[in-house]
Formats: sequence, C-alpha cells, structure tokens
Amino acid sequence: MNNKDLLNLIDITVSFEGFLALNKLNLNLKKGELRAVIGPNGAGKTTFLDVITGKVKPTNGEVIFKGKSLVGRKEHKIARLGVGRKFQSPRIFENLTVKENLEISVTTPKSPLNLINKSIKDEQLNEIDRLMKIVNLAQKVDSKAGSLSHGQKQWLEIAMLVGQKPDLMLVDEPVAGLTDEETDLTADLLKSLSGENTVVVIDHDMEFIRRLDSNVSVLNQGTVLCEGTMETIQKDKKVIDVYLGRPED
Amino acid sequence: MSLSKIKFDKKIVLSFWIILIALIIAAPTILPVFRLNLLGRYLSLSIVALGVDLIWGYTGLLSLGQGIFFALGGYCAAMYLQITSSSEFPNNIPEFFALYGVEKLPFFWEPFRSPVFTFFAIWIIPALVAGLIGFLVFRNRIKGVYFSILTQASLLVFFNFFNGQQKLINGTNGLKTDVTQLFGQMVGSESMQRLFFWITALLVIAAWFFAKWVVKGRFGNILIGIRDDEPRVRFTGYNPVIFKTIIFSIAGGLAGISGALYTVQSGIVSPQFMTVPFSIEMVIWVAVGGRGTLLGAILGAVFINYAKSLVSEALPASWMFIQGGLFILVVTALPEGVLGWIQGDGPRNLLQRFGLKRKIETYPSLEVNNKEGNNE
Repeated sequence: MNNKDLLNLIDITVSFEGFLALNKLNLNLKKGELRAVIGPNGAGKTTFLDVITGKVKPTNGEVIFKGKSLVGRKEHKIARLGVGRKFQSPRIFENLTVKENLEISVTTPKSPLNLINKSIKDEQLNEIDRLMKIVNLAQKVDSKAGSLSHGQKQWLEIAMLVGQKPDLMLVDEPVAGLTDEETDLTADLLKSLSGENTVVVIDHDMEFIRRLDSNVSVLNQGTVLCEGTMETIQKDKKVIDVYLGRPED
Repeated sequence: MSLSKIKFDKKIVLSFWIILIALIIAAPTILPVFRLNLLGRYLSLSIVALGVDLIWGYTGLLSLGQGIFFALGGYCAAMYLQITSSSEFPNNIPEFFALYGVEKLPFFWEPFRSPVFTFFAIWIIPALVAGLIGFLVFRNRIKGVYFSILTQASLLVFFNFFNGQQKLINGTNGLKTDVTQLFGQMVGSESMQRLFFWITALLVIAAWFFAKWVVKGRFGNILIGIRDDEPRVRFTGYNPVIFKTIIFSIAGGLAGISGALYTVQSGIVSPQFMTVPFSIEMVIWVAVGGRGTLLGAILGAVFINYAKSLVSEALPASWMFIQGGLFILVVTALPEGVLGWIQGDGPRNLLQRFGLKRKIETYPSLEVNNKEGNNE
C-alpha cells in the first residue's frame, strides 16, 4: 500500500453461510491504471465488485478508496465518492430515452431538491452530447433505451458510467454478446479512458483482455492467484492449471 | 415514449379546456342536486387516485393503505366543522361527547378550532404520517409484496384504533358534517354543496397539474428508474429512500385533500374510509384508467364510481361482480389500462385486426424514425 494507490483491498473475506466467496483477497490499484480481472466461474469476480460498491459487506478485511474506508457505507454514498459500476448484463432504464438515461448519470448534485426545481446545467447537456458521440448514439437521442440493440445498450451503459465521472470504473463483462468489431471498439474505448480514470475490467474473453494490453489479475476460489502482464500470466503454471488449459489442448 | 406523449393540436387542447371549464361552471344547473353531489364526490376521489398513480404507476410502490391518509384528511375537516358548530351543545363541545359522558374536549381537538390550522392539517398531517411510515419501511428496504402487505396491515391498525375510540372521535359512528355550519351556512345545504363541487373540480385540475409537474423531467425519471431498477439508481449515486419517501408523502397529502373533500360532500367521515376493500378499489381505478398516465387515474376514479352508482341503482348487488370482472379484463386484456391502451398502439392494432387499416410494411422502428425525422 502506498500513496499512489487509489484502491486497496486488504484481506477481504466474504462468507455466505460458510461458503467463502472471497478468501483473504488482496488487491491494489494505482491511479490511472487499467486492470483486467479474469477467473473461472465462481472465482468471486462479481462478489469482488459487490464488496467495493457496497452491495455486499465483507465478513473480514478492509476496502480503502482514496484513503477512506468503504466498508459499511451505503451504495449511493460509495457511488458519490467516485466508484462507478457497469453491470454484467446491460442495466439501463429501458422506459426512458437515451438522453434521459444519460441525464440521470451526469446530474450533480443527486438530491431530490436539485432535480425537481432546477433544470439541467448547460455543461451537463454538452457532456451528454459528447458522450452520445463517443458511443455512436447521437442518432438515437430520443429513442427509448429499450429499443436499442444489445450492443448499443452495452455502450449506453458504458456512457452512463463515464458520465458519472467516477475515479474508479468497475466494468463487468462489457463485451458479452457484442460482435468482434464492437468488441474491438469497446477495448479501444476502455483503453482511452484509463490514464485519466482508473478502470477495472472483468471478462472471460481472452482476445478482448489481450487487446486491453493491461495488467491482469487472475482470481481463483476467492483469492488472487497471480498478477502480471498477459504474457506472464499465460506462462504461469498455476494459472494454466485452473483456467487457461494447457496449450496442447 | 414511456408516458405515451401524444402531441395534440394546440387548438384541440384549447377547445378541450374551454368545454371542460364551461361544463364545470354549468354542471350545477344541468345536473340534479343528487347527481351533482355524486359527481363532486367522485371527482374528489380522483385526487387520491392521482396519488396512487404517482406511487404505483410511476414509482412501483403498490400501497394498499391509502385509506389511512384519505381518512385522516376527512377527520381533520370533520373535526373543524364539528367543533365550530358546537356552541349550542353541552359544555360547548360536539354533541356526541355527551353520549359517552365526556365533559372536557380531548386535547388534540383544540387546534382544530382554527380554520388556518385545519386548512394546513388536512394535507400536512396525512403527508407527515405517510412520510414517517414510508421512511421506516423504505429505509429497511422493504419492497414489492412485502410493502403492500405492510401498508394493508397499517390500514387495519388505523381502522381498529379509530373504530374503538368512542370517547375521542366517536368511534365506529364517525363524525357527521352535513348538519354543521360553515360560513354561517349548513354544510349539507344545496348552495354549499354547489360551492364544494366547484372547489373540488378546481382542486382536481390543480392536483393534476401538480402531479404532472412532479413527474416531468429528471425527478420523474428517477421515479421511473426506481420502479424499473432500483439497485441501478443506487449505484448511480441516488438515494432511493429519500425519493420514495417524498413521493409517498406527496401521495399521502393528496389523499388527505381528497378525503376532506369527500367528507364534506358525503356528509360523514367514519372508520369505513379505512376498510380494506375501499383502499383496494383505489388501486383498481388506477389500473383500469391506466397506470402511469395521471389522466387515466382521474378518469378511472370518476367513471368507475359513476358506473358503480348507476349499476347499483338498476341491479343492486351485482356491482361487485362487474367491478371484479372489469379488473380481470383490464389485467388480462389491457395491462396498460384503458388510457394506456388508447395512447399506445391499441386502437391501431384493433383496426388492423378487423382489416380496417393497412399493416405497417416497414420495420416499426424505421417508421418511428422517419416520423421523428420529419418533425425536425
């Protein structure tokens, strides 16, 4: 742990009635880092995000974000501190338009009083325009989000995540169900976001992870098995055993 | 098009309003007193229905306990009327107290001597009670069916309490208002009833505009967001507890106003306002009229109740079957309610089924986009 770290997970244990979803997990993220997290099913990837975002309270351990402990804080407070999350399957508001979805994400402060008696600020409208261009949804501004294609929904949710201006972006399987071309574009988008933002990407798609060209953490049975670049990971014997399978297979 | 924003011509909207206002002004001369009074009562019920639409149609909170707030508003109005009209009774307190040997006015009646206090109490007390119940429930993340059951249980608690307190509020007999005096006139008199009708009609319109203002824009979008995916709203940095408490409190305030208007027009408030079926009926009005449409709630409340009185006059005892059938029909055939069906693709689909209108040949999304393109 040092001062340049944005997030430290220290000995996180999550026990669901005796089953250890996370077991003494340690993970540190530097500011501006792009980190991929992979692992077989049931390795604890989603629980790991749940702990950071406050959905699950760890049985043991400490989550330090920007020097503050996140354990015990409510989800919306953690979100306001600067932790944004994109869910595994696109979670957008299908009955609202694309623009309304983005309004919800860029609006600050997120208090009822501000929402009911003030109209949206100009800079926030500009931000919405910018986001819609980045994710190619400018034509769909007033379409209901529910009418978008799967890929567009994924991108809208990424745009909503970016619009929240979080310091830490947690992205869960952003390319599930996307075409190869969309996958490549998403990889480029996430890479361009890192540097200014700290991004954690969870995914199964090895081609996609390779394309991210980032450090990779491998989770297995609720703990970090191995960390390093894609090349190091691929040569690691433990990783090969539990996840990648032997090259000759 | 979550709220199915059909754009009407400005002229049509204007003529609609002129006709509506003319009807409201003329109603007392057209309708016999009996019918006018019924219409006024049903219009006042549409205000509680608007509240139900705000919490259920928009925010997804199915409350089966709106009768609590409705009755609270009614009691506030009735207490004021009773106490200001009690000068000729023993001890200068409302007549019923003598039946139970009460000589001193219970303390909580005192503030109701003031018309100003009463004016605010009618909506603020129900709103505060709703806010308190709501906050405790929402903070503990009770939702869905559990929320509905809890509101119904609260309703029963209130019902039993009011029903049993003869010495405080005349228990099961309730408080009569029709023989009380307001502005030197009998509340049940024809001229007062006419006045109440106009006040009710005005307040329905005001409540409608208020509700439209509440759901317009980002605040309303958050409500819809809470209805569709509450955790997502949380992770975006909003606290749903506050939003739900506010909207539940608003619905409570509307219910209070509705209850007060209903009380002065029906001549009595009693614990019967807090029976389980009545609160469920409120939900049925909104379901039939159209959830999430606001106007549907108003129309549902007025038309179902008018149908109820007409049917009950012609075929007594058959109304419950008709109402139940109507609810089943709407739930199975028109899940969006009548107005939701009209505003959606309902009529076009129906015409297509009978071959009266050509089917769309392109992809529906293409047609929608073209239309939007033309408007720009």
